[in-house]
Amino acid sequence: MIIAERKPMEEIEESVAEYKKVLVAGCGTCVTVCWAGGEKEVGILASQLRLARGAAGNEIVTLETTVERQCEKEMVTEIKDKVAEADAVLSLACGSGVQTMAELFDDKPVLPAVNTTFIGMPEREGLWVEMCGACGDCFLDRTGGVCPMVRCAKGLLNGPCGGTRKGGMCEIDPDKDCAWVLVHRRLEKQGRLDLMREYVTPKNFRAVRRPGKVQAAKA
Amino acid sequence: MKGRVIAFCCEHSAYPAADLAGRLRLHYSESLRIIRVPCAGRVDVIHMLKAFEKGARAVLVLGCEDGACHHITGNTRARERVEQCQVLLDEARLDGRSVAMHNISPNAPQKFVRIADELVNAKEQSREAI
Repeated sequence: MIIAERKPMEEIEESVAEYKKVLVAGCGTCVTVCWAGGEKEVGILASQLRLARGAAGNEIVTLETTVERQCEKEMVTEIKDKVAEADAVLSLACGSGVQTMAELFDDKPVLPAVNTTFIGMPEREGLWVEMCGACGDCFLDRTGGVCPMVRCAKGLLNGPCGGTRKGGMCEIDPDKDCAWVLVHRRLEKQGRLDLMREYVTPKNFRAVRRPGKVQAAKA
Repeated sequence: MKGRVIAFCCEHSAYPAADLAGRLRLHYSESLRIIRVPCAGRVDVIHMLKAFEKGARAVLVLGCEDGACHHITGNTRARERVEQCQVLLDEARLDGRSVAMHNISPNAPQKFVRIADELVNAKEQSREAI
């Protein structure tokens, strides 16, 4: 899923400084799971804004809503009445959600309240780790399902680098596992260690065309 | 609610302590308003923030003693939420120390009165200082 972090309060306050009525819009999917922009975070941010602006003698009116998925036009359309009521929209969705909202309501400023950081998974409660760099040229079949592109500090396609610490930890960050040790262990378990000896050619970064577009095969 | 100190009291510890304080005729500040909750862990950050929005001067969350929570981890969760609320208040340029968490047992009415009076007095002193 997409992982995001809330922006610092000063930055959010600055972006809405000129508006009197703001719609704080959350997203009920990825950012809800990573505690950055769900219904609960919408309530907290709206309350913080009211308190901060109230204390400064510059009251703000906040409307609150959470869309099931802010990156889907059909779902975002449902809140058009609330958007019409507000001077600006403060979106707690990922960059894709913010842009969907901005495209649908192009007469309103849509301001991001979170920083979209990576594609990852929850490691434990409250901690998410990066798993995928969305490179567009997946080779997880050769690495036992561990992506060294993002999980190796050096992003090596052919590893390990030789600096692995005792216990299989990373040379750069001793708190992190060396991705190539993980690859080795996984392939060893699967009896496919021969894959470690295969040279991986430089990645075809041309596979990532900006902006990306994926057309599903017709059913 | 303007100027009040709101105390979210767990019904298994702080609320009986407050009740006992009343029965013993112990005096505590009249600006304290008690809200009975099934567990301190029920109190969420948004409840504390809303209390400030409604004009509360301070918020207390009172739960069971460590290791004695009726719902096992409610008091530890409450403490984490209070700490989060302190950060959020500081971010909003309000005083994060206006919200506090204390552990109390149901047979400690004097402790209840002391905690309540300490917070109320601290807030009154800070108001006078301004």
